[in-house]
Amino acid sequence: MRGRSDVRGRLLGTIAAFGALTLVCCLVAPIVGSTRISLARVFSRTIPYADNVDAQVFFIARLPRVIAAVIVGSGLALSGVVFQALLRNPLASPDTLGVAAGATLGATIAITMHADFSLFGVSVIPVASFAGSLGALVIVYLLSLARRRGTSSTVLLLAGIAISALLSAIGRFVQYLAEFTDTARTMQWIMGSLDVGNYAPILAALVPLGLAAAGFATLPRVLDLISMGTESAEARGVDVVRAERIALFSASMSTGAAVSLGGPVLFVGIIVPHIVRLMVGADHRLVLPASALFGASFLVVCDLIARTILAPVELPVGIVTAVLGGPFFLWLLFRRVR
Amino acid sequence: MAALPSRPLTRRTALTIVLLVAVRIVVAAQSAAVGASRVISLIPATTEMLFAMGAGNKLVAAGSYDHYPPEVERLPRVGALLDPNIERILTLKPDLVVVYGTQTELKNRLDRANIPYYTYVHKGLPDIGETIRSLGARVGVAPQANALAGSIESGVARIRNNVARLPRPKTLLVFGRERGSLRNIDASGGVGFLHDMLEAAGGTDVLTDVGRQSLMMTTEMVLARAPEVILELRYGPPAPGDDEDLRQWNTLAAVPAVKSKRIYQLRGEQFVVPGPRVVQAVEQMARTLHPEAFK
Repeated sequence: MRGRSDVRGRLLGTIAAFGALTLVCCLVAPIVGSTRISLARVFSRTIPYADNVDAQVFFIARLPRVIAAVIVGSGLALSGVVFQALLRNPLASPDTLGVAAGATLGATIAITMHADFSLFGVSVIPVASFAGSLGALVIVYLLSLARRRGTSSTVLLLAGIAISALLSAIGRFVQYLAEFTDTARTMQWIMGSLDVGNYAPILAALVPLGLAAAGFATLPRVLDLISMGTESAEARGVDVVRAERIALFSASMSTGAAVSLGGPVLFVGIIVPHIVRLMVGADHRLVLPASALFGASFLVVCDLIARTILAPVELPVGIVTAVLGGPFFLWLLFRRVR
Repeated sequence: MAALPSRPLTRRTALTIVLLVAVRIVVAAQSAAVGASRVISLIPATTEMLFAMGAGNKLVAAGSYDHYPPEVERLPRVGALLDPNIERILTLKPDLVVVYGTQTELKNRLDRANIPYYTYVHKGLPDIGETIRSLGARVGVAPQANALAGSIESGVARIRNNVARLPRPKTLLVFGRERGSLRNIDASGGVGFLHDMLEAAGGTDVLTDVGRQSLMMTTEMVLARAPEVILELRYGPPAPGDDEDLRQWNTLAAVPAVKSKRIYQLRGEQFVVPGPRVVQAVEQMARTLHPEAFK
């Protein structure tokens, strides 16, 4: 009983600390930017909205991208935690299983074919990238099932790498045949951007994210056991096959939603879980919520840097996350080798 | 190691060398006067220029993206900026290849094969005339090229004069964005061909202080720069959702261009190919910005 209340106390403390950090980032980020705005004007009732530039900068330009950063950051971080536990490999990330390559292929095809319709106010490019990322994960999952009942982490990992390479090659082939301007547009998409323009893509992303959240909620205890090995988890009564399916489904939904919203933003899915584990330990009951909150804060800050450091020129957010994440990734790698 | 004995040149040897050099100079001068006769152009702008100056019959191949004038379609293709096919280029035995400035590897290979090349780079509006003149001299049609350059320059000057005394609206010139949204907005910066065209057409570029040819804009920047007119350039044929797509801008209600409904789509390849059709492009822009000047 005491152990359970200890965990509950730590969980509340962790959520309070990381939640406060996320809250501060989310409150500061929409106020700061390349244009100076006054909060008094933003919320002024005397200036009509159509004439209120400050309110429009706040509500149209900044707030949607802060919300998008929260969704993308937490979605990728949660997927990273799940993939690392499932594959029992600290270097696993949403990119490892071909999700980024699948999403890029989907977006590349949509851009190259000049598909110009929209679904429920969402342009076809995020829809195509979402479909591409899910498609890649479905192929990888089916391949890993072919070997035995339930997934094999090694087969899953290797199949992911192979499918990732194959989809990247197809994507490059499509780009090679594409018009020059379409190739440039694909490159822009690959570098990632959270300037979503309006709230429609955010609302669309909430559907798969809601499904993912329902799946993630069932996972913390199971992931702790699976990350020790499937046999020992089964010995403790875990239905490993079912748990793996839920984990993969939730991680796919959350990665697909995140990538469709912001492009394949690099390193968030791999570095955030590791930073969080260094801070709160390996217990997934703490790691999952803390990663979601820290991933959100991390990306909000990266996006703030991306849009202000070279203003008026804006850096793609993927470059900022990679510049911050790259050295950390190398440190992690060498730490493991030693 | 023993040094080779040095021997002074005999008068006969010296005379032979002088004669050979003189012959080489005369041959080079003659071929320059006649100009190249088997030309390959890899860039849409220079291909258009060559046809417009009457040297289209000298072209033996063109780049993959060259589609104007229609006569270009009969030519074999030899790749373009990123994928020039050196094997096909060599097979066609050109005596001049028009390459882009960044095609270093292609230029090295042409050097090794002793094939002359003309290096072209997209710059500003005044450079179009300069390019036409120097390219015309290289292909032996200097008088026609000079006349073409002169007519382009006077055409642009005429439009510039037409709108000179009119108020210049603050204009955002967009040449690309994600359809159905306000994401990845590519806009013309404060230098280069598009910027020069806008200024000649009587608009003030809202990004005139940005020392780049292009810039990816965010909705925040559009709100902050407050353009009075937004011009969107499109290259392909009209699509069914064009009008709906243009209405995406209405989200930014505080932008003066949205308030006054001065958001226009300009369509045509002439807006992105800095070639002989530039007068047509500048005039379309000027007519959009200042319809009263063309009544």
